[in-house]
Amino acid sequence: MSIFITAFIVGGLISVVGQLLFDVAKLTPAHTLCILVVTGSILDGIGWYEPLIDFAGAGATIPITSFGNSLTHGAMAEAEKHGFVGVLTGMFEVTSSGISAAILFGFIAAVIFKAKGKN
Amino acid sequence: MDDKKYATLEQEISPKPPLFQNIIRAFLTGGMICLVGQFIAVFYMTFFDFTERTASNPTVATMIFIAMLLTGFGQYRKIAQFGGAGAAVPITGFGNAVVSASIEHKSEGYVLGVGGNMFKLAGSVILFGVASAFAVALIKTILVKFGVVSW
Amino acid sequence: MVKKGIMTFQTTPSIASTGVTAGPLERKSPFNEQFDKVYEDERSDLTTNEQGHAKMIEDASMIALSKIDATPSDADYLLIGDLVNQMTPSNFCASSLQIPYLGMFAACATSVSSLLMGALLTESNLSTCALAGAGSQHNAIERQFRYPVEYGSQKPKTAQWTATAAGIAVVTPFKAGVPKITKGTVGRVIDLGTTDPLNMGAAMAPAAMDTLQRHLKGHRTKESDYDLIMTGDLGETGFTIFKELATRQELDISSNARDAGEEFYGKDPKFLAGASGAGCSSAVYFSYVYNEMMKGTYNKVLLIATGSLLSPLSYQQGETIPCIAHAVELTMK
Repeated sequence: MSIFITAFIVGGLISVVGQLLFDVAKLTPAHTLCILVVTGSILDGIGWYEPLIDFAGAGATIPITSFGNSLTHGAMAEAEKHGFVGVLTGMFEVTSSGISAAILFGFIAAVIFKAKGKN
Repeated sequence: MDDKKYATLEQEISPKPPLFQNIIRAFLTGGMICLVGQFIAVFYMTFFDFTERTASNPTVATMIFIAMLLTGFGQYRKIAQFGGAGAAVPITGFGNAVVSASIEHKSEGYVLGVGGNMFKLAGSVILFGVASAFAVALIKTILVKFGVVSW
Repeated sequence: MVKKGIMTFQTTPSIASTGVTAGPLERKSPFNEQFDKVYEDERSDLTTNEQGHAKMIEDASMIALSKIDATPSDADYLLIGDLVNQMTPSNFCASSLQIPYLGMFAACATSVSSLLMGALLTESNLSTCALAGAGSQHNAIERQFRYPVEYGSQKPKTAQWTATAAGIAVVTPFKAGVPKITKGTVGRVIDLGTTDPLNMGAAMAPAAMDTLQRHLKGHRTKESDYDLIMTGDLGETGFTIFKELATRQELDISSNARDAGEEFYGKDPKFLAGASGAGCSSAVYFSYVYNEMMKGTYNKVLLIATGSLLSPLSYQQGETIPCIAHAVELTMK
């Protein structure tokens, strides 16, 4: 049960970091998201992201930081087995369900929806 | 009036973003989206053959599906105006970026429009995700080779 | 003698009629009653936003012509513009109307720059009926300058909502009983180094002030001579800065200055700082202001349309936002 609470809090806190990058650092959404992705990747490199997932569940897997984490995780897993070549092959082997889902649903949305400028 | 003087005047008069309110809203929105994600993950673990680790894949896909519906019906824009980074940071924000660009460029056709533009906003996230994953994994491999750290 | 963009029209070209069209969301505008045609569909039932945009300008032109019992074949010049790449909506509108066409671009200041051009052609006896105006369509312009319409980005209070509207004025030689174009001032590009495209009002306010000062000085008039001084689309933030700049220049415009963009959506906070877009000033000037002049509420009016001359490319390359404001003086007498 407590995983629901930690998911809410951790997910909320990562969003707050994003909001601070918007409002205080005056970054565009694109810059903010890139920084978060890179952060997720580095956190996995030093081995902190997986414990965060254990602690917060979706609170750590739903924010965009987890995208950097899962890519890095895949690359490192291959590197562990095959050394330097593994970094590359790992990169190519890693597929994110986020990207495939976004491509598929983006296409479906284009088929069925029209943009509306209603306020 | 020179540029610096005007910058001072402009910043004095232009309303500042309500930082405290924005932070609270981002926290609530981002937290709520992750909470929904957690429920979906538990659903996949309970009713399908997923573990805590593997459940994140179908969860992310489901969240993006929800983002597609909210974007298509014009609701995600409103959630984002309220929640700011709380709507942008979760994977649903990534989905919204792809889906909104796809819908927008439908008028130029499925190949040149949708295909050519769906990643115009989200593409930079993929680039920096892949590039940083490569760099981090490479550095870690080197460090392991020299015995500085272990896997 | 050097004129420095200060124009005085001896033959007093007149605005014989106007036509204004607007999108469905613009029903929320307090000026709604004054618009000639309000569409049920933002694309006026056509396939793309850009087609809807062109139709809106075309309909406004036809309405303006019909009010003086004229057809496109009676018109000498079509002087219009918009904000889409290479102004294709205006181009398609011109293609359909078949009126000799000069595309006008001054971003959101096109309402006045085209009016000045119409007055010049009329003054020099080259035109008896010139259509001048501009338009903007929310979806088409947002995708051009910002993000896809459905993309979720939190906009600050300084941001403005691009209006879906078009306004056209028919400029003819002197005609009794309608507003006359007596003076004009062509703006200079003013760039005080602002870079935030979500605070266009602040970028444009100094340009509006520069043009106001040059107009008053060049024509030796006082700010109190005008029943109304109306800026185009500074919005709430930009207009507040504009008033502050006026105070610092010791100009008292507290009783007669208004901004079309700030008032366009009735100061509804959902629309943040108010409206922007080439259609915003055109629609308000050629409906509300024109009608009030006809009614006699205002006799002498100074319209200062403001435009920010940036592109998505210049913004992404880190350039500042160059801005312009053109002024035109109308009198009823």
